[in-house]
Amino acid sequence: MATSKEISIGDAGARASELQGETMMLNVGPSHPTTHGVLRLKMELDGDVVKKCEPVLGYLHRGDEKIAESMTYNQFIPYTDRLDYIAPLSNNVAYALAVEKLANLEVPERCQAIRLLCCELARISSHLLGVGVYGMDAGAWTVFMYTFAEREKLYTLFEELTGARFTTSYTRIGGVARDIPDGWLGRVLEFSKGVLPVLDQVDKLLTRNRIFMDRTVGIGTISKADALAYGLTGPNLRACGVDLDLRKDKPYLGYENYDFEVPIGTNGDCYDRYLMRAEEIRQSVGIIRQCIDRFPEGSYYAEDAKKIFAPQKAKVLTSMEELIQNFMIVTEGPQIPAGEVYFEAENPKGALGFYIHSKGGGVPYRLKIRGPSFCNLSILDKLIPGHFLTDITVILGSLDFVMGECDR
Amino acid sequence: MQNTTIAYDSKVEGEVIVTQADAVINWIRKHSVWPMPMGLACCAIELMAAGGARFDISRFGMEVMRFSPRQADCMIVAGTVTYKMAEVVRRIYDQMAEPKWVVAMGACASTGGMYRSYATLQGVDQIIPVDVYISGCPPRPEALLDAMIKLQDKIGAEHSVKNLFPAKADSKDVAEVTNKS
Amino acid sequence: MTTSDLALLKERFETLTERESSDHVAINCASAQLIDLCTVLRDDFGYDMLVDVTAVDWDAQSPRFTGIYHFLSTTKHEYLRVAVDCTDDINPALPSLTGLYAAANWHERETYDLMGIRYQGHPDLTRILMWDAYPYHPLRKDFPLAGIEVPLPADDVAEITGMSVKPAPMVGGPFVSSADGPMSQTEPRARDESWNEKKIKPCGK
Repeated sequence: MATSKEISIGDAGARASELQGETMMLNVGPSHPTTHGVLRLKMELDGDVVKKCEPVLGYLHRGDEKIAESMTYNQFIPYTDRLDYIAPLSNNVAYALAVEKLANLEVPERCQAIRLLCCELARISSHLLGVGVYGMDAGAWTVFMYTFAEREKLYTLFEELTGARFTTSYTRIGGVARDIPDGWLGRVLEFSKGVLPVLDQVDKLLTRNRIFMDRTVGIGTISKADALAYGLTGPNLRACGVDLDLRKDKPYLGYENYDFEVPIGTNGDCYDRYLMRAEEIRQSVGIIRQCIDRFPEGSYYAEDAKKIFAPQKAKVLTSMEELIQNFMIVTEGPQIPAGEVYFEAENPKGALGFYIHSKGGGVPYRLKIRGPSFCNLSILDKLIPGHFLTDITVILGSLDFVMGECDR
Repeated sequence: MQNTTIAYDSKVEGEVIVTQADAVINWIRKHSVWPMPMGLACCAIELMAAGGARFDISRFGMEVMRFSPRQADCMIVAGTVTYKMAEVVRRIYDQMAEPKWVVAMGACASTGGMYRSYATLQGVDQIIPVDVYISGCPPRPEALLDAMIKLQDKIGAEHSVKNLFPAKADSKDVAEVTNKS
Repeated sequence: MTTSDLALLKERFETLTERESSDHVAINCASAQLIDLCTVLRDDFGYDMLVDVTAVDWDAQSPRFTGIYHFLSTTKHEYLRVAVDCTDDINPALPSLTGLYAAANWHERETYDLMGIRYQGHPDLTRILMWDAYPYHPLRKDFPLAGIEVPLPADDVAEITGMSVKPAPMVGGPFVSSADGPMSQTEPRARDESWNEKKIKPCGK
């Protein structure tokens, strides 16, 4: 803080150089409406310009990885919900895929289609919130209200499918918890038709809005080299011009059979990141329609995975073999062979990776969660200095991170 | 019209309502509870949904989410409180002006939830006194609204006038008196 | 990584061995060669992104700690796993990759915080997820899930509330499954008896 000095108005100009050079320490967060979640920024300000920014994390570190070493693979699924708690279904799917890779298990086509639909709906949900809260941070309250109303429709769909509005815990190792209800696909189709007009309205409010553009164009520009060096993934990386989308480049869940485009940005600034997310919602709607068009019949779980997926309840209560199988899977966990695997899925926030080292049995020996927000935030101490204090809200909103998967 | 707190008979009193000071003060306080959303994790999203158009916490006068503790009445702890965050929650609670209430939203805030680990505070009531606990992981916005209604009932039963003039003592005792009402 | 690429890599670094893996190509590397290997991977083989840095604690084995790195080539769309054993079991240390990949900075801080592996050459090796004064490395196998009692990070709050970082109550489970064997053989699981029904939770302060 500046110490009090005697300044006479007359020679204030001459003393200007003396007055400068005193920086102010400002602490943003961890309890702050702008930082989406509990992120703390220790900043050094020179007037209005940020000179140094040090993010402090860990305020939501709950010990997920340590807990995973004591939980069976299925028992850990609720914890994966709460990583990226804005799109929980995509985390469930990513985790199930990682464990199934370790078990070398391929799920049937219907299950893959269900999971793909869940992932894309979760992507729409996450980007709607991303755009809505981003608009709210920049001052556009209405956008938040519109997108949240759409998200409520999504919540109704999730609730019908899984039983919970969010924190769904829907997938299991070897399949999903239950089959889709009757008529659900029709309702998803209706929703996908309804979200596009809302997106158009948001577009009209934000995309060519003079104030929004002034606040976001040219702010928070990340270069291609920086983005790769800091391990950015997802829309943040693609906004810088790097064409990396794991759905196209390392396809899983049958993404290679769907026809969709991946938006790539040019400047890597906040405005581009907003455009990325808005366009990805549209592409997701396209994927959902294609998926519903050719939704396969079949089973929603891998029926030959005897030691991994619990059998149907009706059989469990009547047949001895299924009873034992159910007992073993519930008490000791799905028996996954020993090995090491690292699987990344294209989550809405970036690439969510699971590194699992198993020594056999139902409980992993080591589970590491590579949270995309952890890597996306690492660029902050390089990105923020040089910007104004008011740009912080816009930069944080554009990076669209969530502390659940950052701190785990 | 007559009930336990208000007596009004236009023929006798004219345009005057006779009531208890407590009733008026509590009525004013409970219908304009301004929450301070201590949104830490997933429950914060349900808190935001409760503020959205479908569940509309604004019906209760609570849409004014004040992030500044000086301007807020009720701290809604929504999400897991870790030990690292505990000091922040306590400091912000201390900065809130009387009268203040705390709602522990969700399993993590009530008891630590499913995170029984080295880093998670097993319940925010270990560091601040809680008025209403909401169970759920996350609780539905209807559950949050139900809890806020219960909080309103609790506020309605407070001895507000007595607490306006606490006994002269050092600050710790004053805090205890004002909180136990 | 394609087999031809792997063969080329093994020519340049003779001591590399292949590591068993369920999916991507994985190699074991000595810690002294790590920086050279990663430089070659980034410049010559196109692995331009470091996606993950982590470590595994093998507990009763020697070497006790192994650092695991995952690289992604955005051009070839291939992953690679590199495993590096730490030579010292008591004070594990590895060379830092912050000179090559900026992403390594925070990942290495996290691995130091949770596992205790020191990264030599790291510009600012401080804790990132736990608070600075936390004395333990939680992800090590000898550290209990419930935690060990330490004072709260803030003195004033600890004074007002009388709280400290207490071990989480594990009695009354099953909250955790034991990895030591089938559940039928590991009951009862009450390893932490630090809390019971008689002790009331402090509140109202």
